[in-house]
Amino acid sequence: MGAGAAERTHGSVQRIRTGGGVPLLEARHIVKRFGDNVANDDVSLRVMPGEIHALLGENGAGKSTLVKILYGALQPNAGEVLWKGQPVTIASPAAARALGIGMVFQHFSLFEALTVAENIALALPKGSDMKSLSARIETVSADYGLPLKATSRVADLSVGERQRVEIVRCLLQNPELIIMDEPTSVLTPQEADQLFVTLKRLADEGCAILYISHRLEEVRAICHHATIMRRAKVVAETDPTTETVGTLARLMVGSEIGEVTRSKGTPGAPRLILKALSLPATSAFGVPLHAIDLSVAGGEIVAIAGVAGNGQSELFDAISGEREAPQDGMVTIDGQPVGAHGVNVRRRLGAAFVPEERLGHGAVPGLKLSENVVLTRHGTGEGIASGGFTRFGLAGKIVEAVTHRFDVRKGPPDPEARSLSGGNLQKFVVGREVDRTPGVLVVAQPTWGVDAGAAAVIRQALVDLARAGSAVLVISQDLDEIFEVADRIAVISRGHLSAPKPAEAMSREEIGLLMAGGAEKTAGGAHAH
Amino acid sequence: MRIELVRRPEMSRTMMLVSPLIAVGLTVLFAAIVFALQGHDPLTGIFYFFIEPLMSSWSLEQLVIKATPLIIIGLGLSVCYLSNNWNIGAEGQLTIGAITGSILPILYPEFVSPIVAPLMILMAAAGGAAYGLVPAVLKTRFGTNEILTSLMLVYVSTLFLDWVVRGPWKSPQAFGFPITVDFNESAVLGSFPVGPLYLNASAFIALALVVVLAVVMRSTLKGFEIRVLGQSPRAGAFAGFSARRMTSFAFAFSGALAGVAGLMVVMTEIQKLQPVISPGYGFTAIIVAFLGRLNPIGILIAGLVIALSYLGGEAIQTSMQMSSKVATVLQGMLLFFVLACDTLILYRIRLVSTRSTQEQARA
Amino acid sequence: MLEAIILTVITAATPLLLAAIGELVVERSGVLNLGVEGMMVMGAVAGFAITVSTGSPLLGIVAGLVAGLAVSLIFGFVTLTLVANQVASGLALTLFGLGLSGLLGEGFVGTPGIKLPSLSIPGLTDIPYVGRILFGQDILVYVSFALVLAVSWFLFRTRGGLVLRAVGDNHVSAHALGYKVIRVRYLAVMFGGACAGLGGAYLSIAYTPLWVENMTAGRGWIALALVVFSSWLPSRLVIGAYLFGAVTILQLHAQPLGLGVPSQFLSMLPYLATVVVLVAISGNRRATRFNTPACLGAPFVPDR
Repeated sequence: MGAGAAERTHGSVQRIRTGGGVPLLEARHIVKRFGDNVANDDVSLRVMPGEIHALLGENGAGKSTLVKILYGALQPNAGEVLWKGQPVTIASPAAARALGIGMVFQHFSLFEALTVAENIALALPKGSDMKSLSARIETVSADYGLPLKATSRVADLSVGERQRVEIVRCLLQNPELIIMDEPTSVLTPQEADQLFVTLKRLADEGCAILYISHRLEEVRAICHHATIMRRAKVVAETDPTTETVGTLARLMVGSEIGEVTRSKGTPGAPRLILKALSLPATSAFGVPLHAIDLSVAGGEIVAIAGVAGNGQSELFDAISGEREAPQDGMVTIDGQPVGAHGVNVRRRLGAAFVPEERLGHGAVPGLKLSENVVLTRHGTGEGIASGGFTRFGLAGKIVEAVTHRFDVRKGPPDPEARSLSGGNLQKFVVGREVDRTPGVLVVAQPTWGVDAGAAAVIRQALVDLARAGSAVLVISQDLDEIFEVADRIAVISRGHLSAPKPAEAMSREEIGLLMAGGAEKTAGGAHAH
Repeated sequence: MRIELVRRPEMSRTMMLVSPLIAVGLTVLFAAIVFALQGHDPLTGIFYFFIEPLMSSWSLEQLVIKATPLIIIGLGLSVCYLSNNWNIGAEGQLTIGAITGSILPILYPEFVSPIVAPLMILMAAAGGAAYGLVPAVLKTRFGTNEILTSLMLVYVSTLFLDWVVRGPWKSPQAFGFPITVDFNESAVLGSFPVGPLYLNASAFIALALVVVLAVVMRSTLKGFEIRVLGQSPRAGAFAGFSARRMTSFAFAFSGALAGVAGLMVVMTEIQKLQPVISPGYGFTAIIVAFLGRLNPIGILIAGLVIALSYLGGEAIQTSMQMSSKVATVLQGMLLFFVLACDTLILYRIRLVSTRSTQEQARA
Repeated sequence: MLEAIILTVITAATPLLLAAIGELVVERSGVLNLGVEGMMVMGAVAGFAITVSTGSPLLGIVAGLVAGLAVSLIFGFVTLTLVANQVASGLALTLFGLGLSGLLGEGFVGTPGIKLPSLSIPGLTDIPYVGRILFGQDILVYVSFALVLAVSWFLFRTRGGLVLRAVGDNHVSAHALGYKVIRVRYLAVMFGGACAGLGGAYLSIAYTPLWVENMTAGRGWIALALVVFSSWLPSRLVIGAYLFGAVTILQLHAQPLGLGVPSQFLSMLPYLATVVVLVAISGNRRATRFNTPACLGAPFVPDR
């Protein structure tokens, strides 16, 4: 344990805690190993009744593992868990629910093909009949300002509605503790505010909330107490309201993070132009693109903000050429209309792409890094594939160059992509494209699930590339990231793109309104209707 | 006790080589148990099944003749399975290839020329490829499951062959037997001496195909494309490869090879058409492809191993009066063992005692 | 004549229905077992052997059920415990079943079998036209319908069925909620094996009381196609199975009539019909959207 920090803050902790007394839930000296990897190393945690308790830490700090242990989905190798002062063994999620612990998952644990009522029934003990359950769902959800229809199929619900299902599912179990894993990562700022109201009301009613996040602003705004983890250990406990975002960040990351340095750019000529780009949805769950207009100039970074599932992946596929548009004029790269041409034609014109999904889209998990270099660079005319033969030797040299420049940590010289950690793999897939010095770079979620150190490296690389004259388009859900790198910002909502505005002229509130449907009214492609 | 899998960070290169060997070892063990259950001495059984067929040059030649179609079909299937296209109708493509390949010697028996055999092979490849394309087109156009359609077409093709040899192509000199005329001498493949053995020309074709496919898979963009699309279609699209075109290519390629293999059987063993031309080579080749780890060199070895089991079945029948059907049971079991042992490539296997299981992992 | 045709359609449809209802449950749990043909043929040989050696078709039926269940466990172990590829393992099960049944049945080729008796209820069975069709079938015909009703009720009216569907829809979520994915799937695979075994036993005890090698003749594969055709809804299986029963029987009746069509082409009809039906159903994505188990064929390894 980071004794110094904990001691320092301990005094203030006792003062602000309501009720003092026996903690609702206490974890003592939890150890959890996966093979040789220690995910939790002597972790202790105390949650008081009626408290909103933040569990802070970077990706990979061990928060999710700890929470899974508290919810009975994993068993610790050592340590004990106390519930209201009594030692308990939480052998399964069902046992956790029986105690009064509910959980809202980050990646929803919902069943798309089933109805809302069926989804909720699966988390409740046996014996409740569907009809009375449906009635209860609709009353409780309306009561907490989270309206739901019990007979809807989850597949038809929006992301925000799905989260409601998760929360209502918890509430129906009359929990005394609700664990929430990154609940706002999928919400608009306004939806998040609505969630905070619900959480505060729950806390007032005496329900404790263990709130997992790495968003420091919201933790400061709503949490009474914070436990901070770093590299599998608890490093500090504190009252977040007495801290600044900066001090919390230092506790979380352990050292100062190099800030992205960004000079004011001077945009040159447009290098990527989208003109009235429209595409129908490909599947029942897809989003159609409506007359999207956008121009990205050399020297600047344009960011597209938006809540997941509003057409980002469709837009990425249309720009990369994985899905071809009906007309060449819809996408122009460096003056060449390429809308109806494939991805390798666009690459030969100097464009490069980094998709959101690292494994299975940007890289093939079971292939070596050198083979993954061939994946995106065989058709660029660099000689990595000539006369139908592949030259893995040349690809290996690129692996070395990228590894060196982006500090990719890997065991063997040329490992399979799946063996790299998320952050290192992301540095590799970004580095693989930046290494070409592309004239146009399109990146989706450049630092999703990546630790702060790697994120800073990646963002700096994007800024440097733009300042050297390339046009960079970033598609991201992370507003902090967008404000850190973007020169101009546009918002995508249900397949409509708002007209981009300079980043200085945009506020979070304005972006939030655009995310919630405003983009459809202000979309640059209005003339197409 | 129960089994727990622990994922390895990377595929184990050692296990990729060792797992087929373990599978073969387990099959030998299983064979011994089968022999014992049937009241025979297991060691004698193993000797006659696995070793005796390797002891005469005649049976070695037979081994190569049986292995040849298995290897050729297995090579084609490996391209399908690597690219995640489940063609299990090779038996049907084999049958149609044998029929289209036999058009010249049956309809034009007086056409005797050195170009007859190459033409026959080309026509067999075309017929097999066309028949293989049917499930591929249904898959790419309508999204129809290729496993079921390719299999259904096997039954259709064997009924078609039955009709051909009983109807339009029945030999007038056959005294009512359902067979066609015998092929002329330019429509059969000869044998060449290799050391003490006489090996049929078809074996050299199979060997050449092994070498070509090994090079294609290892160092061409096409081979890379096959592997990428099989493991991750989304990443394949990102690389600019088309999964739909690959489906058509894989089915056409494997269909062509199955067709050629069917013709090889006819040109070497039977030298005419009859209602049954294959003892299920098209299905057994599935085992060959997996036992060979979908690798051309591996398939070469696996084809010989499976061919040995055919001869072994005949050997225990003549020497020990056991049923030759033991061979098909062992082939099926071998595929199970191969698939089970492949788990070792990606996972470490841990045996956990039930007590600690109860404490742990209630999830 | 019509009554006779309907009676034979029923006997042709019953083995398909039995095997398909089992596979439907397996697939609903997220497992694709392509070994139906192998499990059926094992049920056929075991059913025939026990019927002939004990003289009791009922014992034969039990033997068929047990044989199908037993070989399904090999598949379950390889795909669920060892997470081997389900498609390849299903093929292995078919090849293994065809081989083993051929070996076990060698001594029974040409032995006359004992037919499963049909029900005879005085009064009811004698009603003209419909009596024999409704009240004069063998017991397995009624079992097949009872199974369809029971599976329908189980899947959509019970908590166990809800859990099974949940496991097939999203095994990671089901695991996170504390359901035992592997155990549910083992039970489903065993049920599927037992049903396929019953279907196979029906062939060698009721349909044609004989043992012939490979006597299932692709019916296991047709049963798999029927599950797709039904878009995983039990009630539609009945329609599909009887449609195929009808095609099979009609082509048999058409053969002696001549019609100028070679018998081989008539025999192709059930297989070609399967292809046509599969193409037709795959064109209709909306119908299958909610019912196709999302995890079908996907391997699952719980994290611990």
